[in-house]
Amino acid sequence: MHPVIPYVTAAVLFGLGGYGVLVRRNAVLLLMSVELMLNAVNLILITSDATVAAVLPATGQVFALFVIVVAAAEVGVGLALVLQLYRVRATVAVDEIQLSESPVEVPEEVA
Amino acid sequence: MTVSDVLMVALGAVAVGAAFRVVRTQHVVRAGLWLVVALGAVAALYLVLAAELVAWVQVLLYVGAVVVLLLFAVMLTRAPIGASTDLDRPRWSGTLIGAGSGLGLAALLVDAYRWRKVAAPPSGTAERIGNAVFSHWVLPFEVLSVLLLAALVGAIVVSRPDGGGR
Repeated sequence: MHPVIPYVTAAVLFGLGGYGVLVRRNAVLLLMSVELMLNAVNLILITSDATVAAVLPATGQVFALFVIVVAAAEVGVGLALVLQLYRVRATVAVDEIQLSESPVEVPEEVA
Repeated sequence: MTVSDVLMVALGAVAVGAAFRVVRTQHVVRAGLWLVVALGAVAALYLVLAAELVAWVQVLLYVGAVVVLLLFAVMLTRAPIGASTDLDRPRWSGTLIGAGSGLGLAALLVDAYRWRKVAAPPSGTAERIGNAVFSHWVLPFEVLSVLLLAALVGAIVVSRPDGGGR
């Protein structure tokens, strides 16, 4: 088995995911690209578990499992945020989100 | 080239091709379906690399749960069914950084491993992984369960119709 094959696959997947994160405007597509990057990292972990003799057994695979669980949590919260954004602004284009609200009128007696 | 090498090259090509379609297609729904292909090919790569349990967890959690969630989000945000022309920003910065990081990492790993050969690893059965998780990694495992609970509560609060009690 030549470990360089899955390693190069993972590197290319990571590059494609990074491209997607930078280029996509739709927030859901952006989350899909993040998933691609996370999968590339998992592939690196699994391959190095098969390649490198570690002190603890199966460490890479355990870490990959942890990453999968964290990714599931991330997608859950991320989609909740995307849905709320769509409800408030009626768009999911990430470059149309205003980073600052328009200034709120502060009543005189409070200020 | 052994059988596992040929399998890894084929599955890697499928994964990379499907990932390319995910980031380049102009149909939102098709991006989700190509993501299934990419994640499935990566799961098959895990199987070739003898990580059985992780492969099945990947199929269950990613292909089963995450992609379904993403498709739900596509439907709930009323994404257009056909092709849309406004899915991408100007591409040069993404192309530069994506190609740079991908090819750079690939060059680094090729330089580190060359065409070296390693023996096939022992199979990562549920028994081996379970022993590892519950002997050395108990504390991170428990912390992860707390994190999942927090994410669950957070997702429910954020997605309430009144915007979390505003």
